[in-house]
Amino acid sequence: MDDNLRREVILDNYSNPENKGRVEDKDYIYVNTNNSSCIDNIDLFLDVKDNIIKDIKFDGEACAISTASTSIMTKELIGKTLEEAKKFIENFYNMIEERPYDEDLLNEALAFSEIYKQANRTTCATLPYKGILNAIKKYEEEH
Amino acid sequence: MDFKQDFPMLKKDLIYFDNGATTFKPYSVIKAMDDYYENYSANAHRGDYNISLKVDMAYEGVRDKVKDFINAKKREEIIFTSGATESLNMIARGFFEKYLEAGDEVLITNSEHASNILPWFRLADTNKIKINYINLDDSLHVTVKNVLNSITPNTKVIALAGITNVVGDVRPIKEITKLAHERNIFVVLDGAQTVPHSKTDVQDLDIDFMAFSGHKMCGPTGVGVLYGKEELLEKLDPINYGGGMNESFDDETKVYLKELPQRLEAGTPNIAGVIGLGAAIDYLNKVGMDNIYLKEIELKRYLIEKLSKIKHIDIINPEAESGVLAFNVDGIFSQDVAVFLDKYNICVRAGNHCAKILKKDIGVKNTVRVSLYFYNTKEEIDSLVELLSDKDKILKEMI
Repeated sequence: MDDNLRREVILDNYSNPENKGRVEDKDYIYVNTNNSSCIDNIDLFLDVKDNIIKDIKFDGEACAISTASTSIMTKELIGKTLEEAKKFIENFYNMIEERPYDEDLLNEALAFSEIYKQANRTTCATLPYKGILNAIKKYEEEH
Repeated sequence: MDFKQDFPMLKKDLIYFDNGATTFKPYSVIKAMDDYYENYSANAHRGDYNISLKVDMAYEGVRDKVKDFINAKKREEIIFTSGATESLNMIARGFFEKYLEAGDEVLITNSEHASNILPWFRLADTNKIKINYINLDDSLHVTVKNVLNSITPNTKVIALAGITNVVGDVRPIKEITKLAHERNIFVVLDGAQTVPHSKTDVQDLDIDFMAFSGHKMCGPTGVGVLYGKEELLEKLDPINYGGGMNESFDDETKVYLKELPQRLEAGTPNIAGVIGLGAAIDYLNKVGMDNIYLKEIELKRYLIEKLSKIKHIDIINPEAESGVLAFNVDGIFSQDVAVFLDKYNICVRAGNHCAKILKKDIGVKNTVRVSLYFYNTKEEIDSLVELLSDKDKILKEMI
């Protein structure tokens, strides 16, 4: 992904985020995820059935990076098994934290491949992933 | 006046609009602290040798400077702390924890800084007191009328910032103190955002306690002041016990405490910090507190005049007569605006500015905050306004 495309993908997901909304359904796991160092604050709602992520919704107030990252994450994780999801998340963290990672797995999330250059924004990009890992953990403890 | 030559940080390629968070230090402050560390680095109150005596003179000399700066009656009314936060905690724990009973009420507002809320929340827990909030008017100001409406027979304390760090509204403290004292209510002033910006006269205001920090007034970090009327400080229990605050103690746990102010300054104090604070006061006096106030208001009016011409900017508190301005760029998250400006070396703050419960009142949770000080310039404001006027540029460059 070149610079312009990365910017376009992020702005597009920020202006028109996918899977935005709140869910009251009790089958969904709810977690809040926020950064104490900045002001992003996101609620995540996760629905897992038969080990497969059926749905994720999110709501909250967050910057462009966080919002776009959440939108992309939801699109990428819905439909994956929990194992596939964890592999995706691990890959994403590897990219952000400058370790070797598999480009082919990350699709749109590659928009954040250069974010490590802005140290104060890496926590914005990983915020939804921190949240969804908590939600998955919560699900696994309950099942 | 050109302040550039006085401040090392003003010589950098930087526009600094986060003076509500902390301020830059002039060379004179840095030098005064270096001088202590390089030339007479001994402890205070040990006076058996020459350089220690010099430390005492310098340290206690600053107490006199602070006394004059805020027009306290006596030097014993000035206690050095680590900052406004510690001062407010000492007031709540050392004095009011003993004084307040279950059902007593403390009046604050939603726009207080966390350090003037959480110490009271703690008393709600330990003493079963009640926290009540003074309603803010439409422009988020505290009015005397609303204070009167909030007072009940159980109100024992009114604790307010003189100016809030979020929307910059100026509170009518003198009037509030008068009506509070007529009803035997104590007034605690969080002076963190007022003492640095205009002349403070604690006797004229007649406040009971006040807290402020050195680093928000060109002084070093880690030093601040607790002011209290002498008769009240006499009843304020130390939070810290140890060296320097006791007269003597025996093996049966009987401790004889020193007089004020030493009783409330246990342990080796922040000597360099206090000396730096003294140099900061000298500097502010040289500029003149009235000049500082007028310059900030002039800059603020200039900023509002320019920003209000930009359609996509929503100013939260245009009426506030202080150097603080909160705003939002339509459709852009405050943090993204701050990150964009940072790319041009302009430092502003995004967030809720430690007043997390205000969101109920202003409807928006987060804002961009510009907080000015006397060393800012119209040219700096022009640079800010030019960048903010181009929304497409912000959207393009914020990530």
